[in-house]
Amino acid sequence: MPDKKLRILIAKPGLDGHDRGAKVVARALRDAGMEVIYTGLRQTPESIVETALQEDVDAIGLSILSGAHKHLFKKVIDLLKNEGADDIPIFGGGIIPEDDMPYLKDIGVKKIFGPGTSTENIVTYIKEMTNKS
Amino acid sequence: MNSLEELIKSMISGDRRALGKIITLMENDSSSSAYIIPRIHNLTGKAHIVGITGPPGSGKSSIVDKLISYYRDEGQKVGVIAIDPTSPFTGGAILGDRIRMKKHYTDKDVFIRSMATRGNLGGLSEATGNTIKALDAFGKDVIIIETVGAGQIEVDIVKVADTVVVVSVPSMGDSVQTLKAGIMEIGDIFAVNKADIEGVEKCIMEIRMMLELSEKKGGWNPPIIKTFGNKDDGANELYKSIKNHHSYLIESGHHEKKRIMREKTELVNLLQSLFVKNLYNIVGEKEMEELAKKIAKREKDPYMIIEELIPRLKKSI
Repeated sequence: MPDKKLRILIAKPGLDGHDRGAKVVARALRDAGMEVIYTGLRQTPESIVETALQEDVDAIGLSILSGAHKHLFKKVIDLLKNEGADDIPIFGGGIIPEDDMPYLKDIGVKKIFGPGTSTENIVTYIKEMTNKS
Repeated sequence: MNSLEELIKSMISGDRRALGKIITLMENDSSSSAYIIPRIHNLTGKAHIVGITGPPGSGKSSIVDKLISYYRDEGQKVGVIAIDPTSPFTGGAILGDRIRMKKHYTDKDVFIRSMATRGNLGGLSEATGNTIKALDAFGKDVIIIETVGAGQIEVDIVKVADTVVVVSVPSMGDSVQTLKAGIMEIGDIFAVNKADIEGVEKCIMEIRMMLELSEKKGGWNPPIIKTFGNKDDGANELYKSIKNHHSYLIESGHHEKKRIMREKTELVNLLQSLFVKNLYNIVGEKEMEELAKKIAKREKDPYMIIEELIPRLKKSI
């Protein structure tokens, strides 16, 4: 029987000091029946992309609180392109100003979940997004 | 040439993403394995397969992390399969063993794959065996498997690994624990981790006593090695023991014997699942239910029904 399980990478790039938000999301996805690869704090874009390839994930979620989101999202997306893996959708969360949203959308980030988003929304979104791709 | 064929070709030529995708396919659907394995079987059988098992929180991932470094220092290519439990309630899982292996994330000659047990009970996932083959065909020299946090009966690792390291920590119970059957019987090497906490000498003594009472594993005397979580002390000794065990297996001929036994187990398992699948094709869920009703109402007994089914089953194979 084909039993397709969603595999999602939740990672924190850059120098953020805490990962509570990322852990809450990881837990919510787990409870929704997904397999969550959780890589912990202070990841480089290179390590995130390499992990995504090895783990063959259906989507990558990046949590960024440091303010370096424009640079970090861009770097991850560029590296995915280099590996021919830019078909893996990316979503994000953390502290990201409204003004930066158009730029992020433009470079290919599928969706940003700000503070206060219900985990239910995130789960529903991921299920829909990965169904399409 | 179809796309799966292409994917297998890319994998064999060293494409890491293709390897990742092939593992997913075999994990999700056994009919993909029936296509993939025959195409890579000839490339397998070269890697040394090392199992690391022990209770949750005993430090398996940290030990794996250190072992990877030693193998890499010698230029060996490393594959890692790290297994974490699937929730029996939601089917989801958090796969977090990689966290301890951060420094190898961008090393292109280290391939780490996290897997969830997906309902399998023996400490591995169902697809672990085929994932080992994929990593082997990919050209890994050593494949390290970290089991789920094991209790007493999660001993399937012994069926897939050449060398099994059992990780213990001090103060996990009295000496009767080491007398019990199960996990303590499968170690080729014992690592007593977090050996800077109290009770380490007692723990070692108990393992030694247990080993003295056990039947000898051929000419191999399982060493007991102190390791220290994050520190390097002991890890190098553990690494050397693992390599020694590998040489021992090859020189003594046990390696060959183990592998034949492993292939036999796999063959029997595959045949069993084939028979079960065929069984349901012949008898069907509905009829099975009807038959069960007859047994429940005491109209027939199970052996009587088997007798009646045998002619149909015979025709099917």
